[in-house]
Amino acid sequence: MSILEADSNRLLQAVLALLKQKDILTDQEIAERIASTDSATPARGAMMVAKAWVDPAYRALMLRDGAQAAEAVGIPMRGLPPLGVLENTDTQHHLVVCTLCSCYPRAVLGYPPFWFKSAAYRARAVRDPRGLLAEWGTALPDNVQLRVVDSTADYRWMVLPLRPAGTEGWSEAELAAIVQEGDMIGVTLPTP
Amino acid sequence: MLTPGQAVRVKLDWPETRGPCHIRTPHYLRGQSGVVERHLGRFPNPEQLAFARPPQTIDLYHVRFDQPSLWQQGQQGDAVVVELYETWLEVA
Amino acid sequence: MNDKPLQPEDQPRAHHDMGGVSKFLCEPVDRDSHSLTEFDRTVDAVRGLLGAKGVMSVDELRRGIEAIPEAEYHRLSYYQRWIRSIADNLMVRGVITEAELAAALERASC
Repeated sequence: MSILEADSNRLLQAVLALLKQKDILTDQEIAERIASTDSATPARGAMMVAKAWVDPAYRALMLRDGAQAAEAVGIPMRGLPPLGVLENTDTQHHLVVCTLCSCYPRAVLGYPPFWFKSAAYRARAVRDPRGLLAEWGTALPDNVQLRVVDSTADYRWMVLPLRPAGTEGWSEAELAAIVQEGDMIGVTLPTP
Repeated sequence: MLTPGQAVRVKLDWPETRGPCHIRTPHYLRGQSGVVERHLGRFPNPEQLAFARPPQTIDLYHVRFDQPSLWQQGQQGDAVVVELYETWLEVA
Repeated sequence: MNDKPLQPEDQPRAHHDMGGVSKFLCEPVDRDSHSLTEFDRTVDAVRGLLGAKGVMSVDELRRGIEAIPEAEYHRLSYYQRWIRSIADNLMVRGVITEAELAAALERASC
């Protein structure tokens, strides 16, 4: 039996003890890292989306360089992978998946949700994407092209959804409040 | 360097049959034909990084495939768009 | 003997390479939120710190996950795969030895 088959909790404790003993990391660094990771939530991406809906210059920046657009609203991106932004239009809808692992735009959406990491999602997104969307109750009109983006490499991808009708005159904060995690991966559509 | 609109084919290769490896080109795309959408930049080769070997820097492209053709199912016009490294692409 | 050449879908496939895999096509997606545990967050943080400090890359993490035998890969949770890969990579890199890990495991409680 491989030593790696040890119980996972014990494996973590053992690895942590060795890394601390060798001065590679400290409890404080771990606590700070957890706090910083926990602070990244879909509210960040939602703030970018809402700004792009009301500010054409920001929208252009976001589509050209997602990481710069994130930094422009105070989201730290240094040392992180490039962020690509996929623009939904009246005729085009994007859906993001990582069939090989779980690449996710964590800087702007936080930890990947359980379903994004699941075998069913990863297997079906590229093969039966409209059937998959139906599980979220999302039905695209036939004249909308669905583009499934398989996140295989160095980029992380988020979707810039269409601004829904019925939100005319809303403030950025009001708009940001209706943008959900799934809207920025493409499984759902924002609704007022 | 490949250019947007150029027709390409993913190599029909199965490194996983030859021993330990780490590949970022999904199984379902091997041998498939697609179209380059754009150049995404140059990055260290993950197939080397995964084994802590000094990596070469290589070109990465966004390549579009016709989704129903990959599976003989799906809706006409739908697409799958994937990041692929130059080492996996051949000019079609 | 069947002399028909192997079709692409018959070629051996790594178990993490899931795009289009038939056995999952009829499986509904579990859309529950499954909040992360303290274990999950800690493993995530350790991986992030090891990456930031240049001890191991995300590519090495993936290689280690992909090396987990298939039955175990599917039995282990997401972050259980990660800690296993981290331990594997730390030994491959020579950051820790198997003897050190074995001794530390003896001292670890459940």
